[in-house]
Amino acid sequence: MSANEARRRVEAVWRLESARIIAGLARLVRDVGLAEELAQDALVQALEQWPETGVPDNPGAWLTAVARRRGIDRIRREQTYARKLTEIGHRLETADDTAFDGVLDEEPIEDDVLRLVFTACHPVLPVPSRVALTLRMIGGLATDEIARAFLVPEATVAQRIVRAKKALAAAGVPFETPVGADRAARLASVLEVLYLVFNEGYAATAGDDLVRADLCREALRLGRVLAGLAPGEPEVHGLVALMEVQAARTRARTGPDGRPVPLAEQNRGQWDRLLIRRGVAALLRARGLGAAPGPYVLQAAIAVTHAQAPSFAETDWTAIAGLYELLVREAPSPVVELNRAVAVGMAHGPERGLEIVDGLAADLAGYHLLPSVRGDLLARLGRHDEARAEFARAAELTRNQAERRLLLDRADAP
Amino acid sequence: MRFMMMTTADPSAPQTPPDPEMFAQMGAFIEEMSRAGVLLATGGLEPGGTRIRSKGGKAEVVDGPFTEAKEVVVGFALIETGSREEAIELSKRFWSIVGDGAGVIQQVFGPGD
Repeated sequence: MSANEARRRVEAVWRLESARIIAGLARLVRDVGLAEELAQDALVQALEQWPETGVPDNPGAWLTAVARRRGIDRIRREQTYARKLTEIGHRLETADDTAFDGVLDEEPIEDDVLRLVFTACHPVLPVPSRVALTLRMIGGLATDEIARAFLVPEATVAQRIVRAKKALAAAGVPFETPVGADRAARLASVLEVLYLVFNEGYAATAGDDLVRADLCREALRLGRVLAGLAPGEPEVHGLVALMEVQAARTRARTGPDGRPVPLAEQNRGQWDRLLIRRGVAALLRARGLGAAPGPYVLQAAIAVTHAQAPSFAETDWTAIAGLYELLVREAPSPVVELNRAVAVGMAHGPERGLEIVDGLAADLAGYHLLPSVRGDLLARLGRHDEARAEFARAAELTRNQAERRLLLDRADAP
Repeated sequence: MRFMMMTTADPSAPQTPPDPEMFAQMGAFIEEMSRAGVLLATGGLEPGGTRIRSKGGKAEVVDGPFTEAKEVVVGFALIETGSREEAIELSKRFWSIVGDGAGVIQQVFGPGD
């Protein structure tokens, strides 16, 4: 087997297995950073050996066993791990692999993966570090892949990961799933990370690609994993529903020339019905849990309402405006208010929408969608000169090239 | 990337009823794929099915039996992964449960492919 072929297989196995391998190790060594290093060491060993020996029958188990052995060696060898040695010393007295199998078989590995998710998204870390650590440890992405996706230098991502691991160790963050009052806030932090990754892919804030599909897919995959790990959390299903339905529109959102296609002009035949159905199912699961709808469930309900409309004109804008009103109450933000203005403008006329938008000028100064929405509403009122000026301003403010071209077209429209 | 993974069956091979243990293992495998966030849809297909042929503007149901058909699709899983290699790894796990047989993995084209 060629080195290249082996590398591709190692990478594939790694993507599928890394979260479980790292999570299992983290339970053993009680240090997520160390667990990740050990797993990386096993990955390197696979890259060295597999081209020679061929890929083992059960590559995931091979990686786990190697990482575990390295963990045991490391704990034995290094004085710096004396503390951990005392913690699990009694197991190491007769340390062989079977002793550790015992440790690892106490509970389902899924519980460990959930702990790993909560640890990687711990609020003690700055958001970019949470994102990097989550993609690296749970998504199994390499540092350079994360760097490419976020358009930052690889060294920056590497540094974020190193610092994040140190910060977790320094803060003594326990490897556990939060319970009680803490849980909601910690879960919100996890969901924020996933949604941020999704949005980075869906509405790229910079660069030439409107959609970086890889990031969307990764966020969606992690969301589906999380829904399996925490099936009793309505907001998790809400976020998954939202991402499924948004992802369903990916193909229709970009024209053949790479320009963004607004919702009103999208070819709904290109919407992915399978993902929409999955989104609806996830939303129903969230609602079935009976809690009052949280921000993600509400956003998912809005997305589903759009997805179920046969055409833009036949969209139930009154329902959407109502959902936005609930969302403003649940999670007040000027951006949500701006979206409500769009829905109200559609449901109850552009004047009503414009009233809301004009109240947001101070809060959203510098945000390109404010003049863009304002331009839309003005155009519908027949105030075309003002509308063109708004589109020109929006074009100045956006960092996305494709979006800028679209806005400039509208600014130049007769 | 999306892949359609299908098992194929040789109609000339003797039909043996699947054993219950395999059903349990398959259930666990499907659950694992769902939990891994890669499984979009899965199902079993009736052997043979109804065949339709369109010719000269007329669509007609073609009656069997189809002795010329070497293979009959019996099951599918639609998955979403980062690479073809991941799909192949999953397929290998599937076959480690099922035992002897054959299948095909085909990419389902979507945006960006």
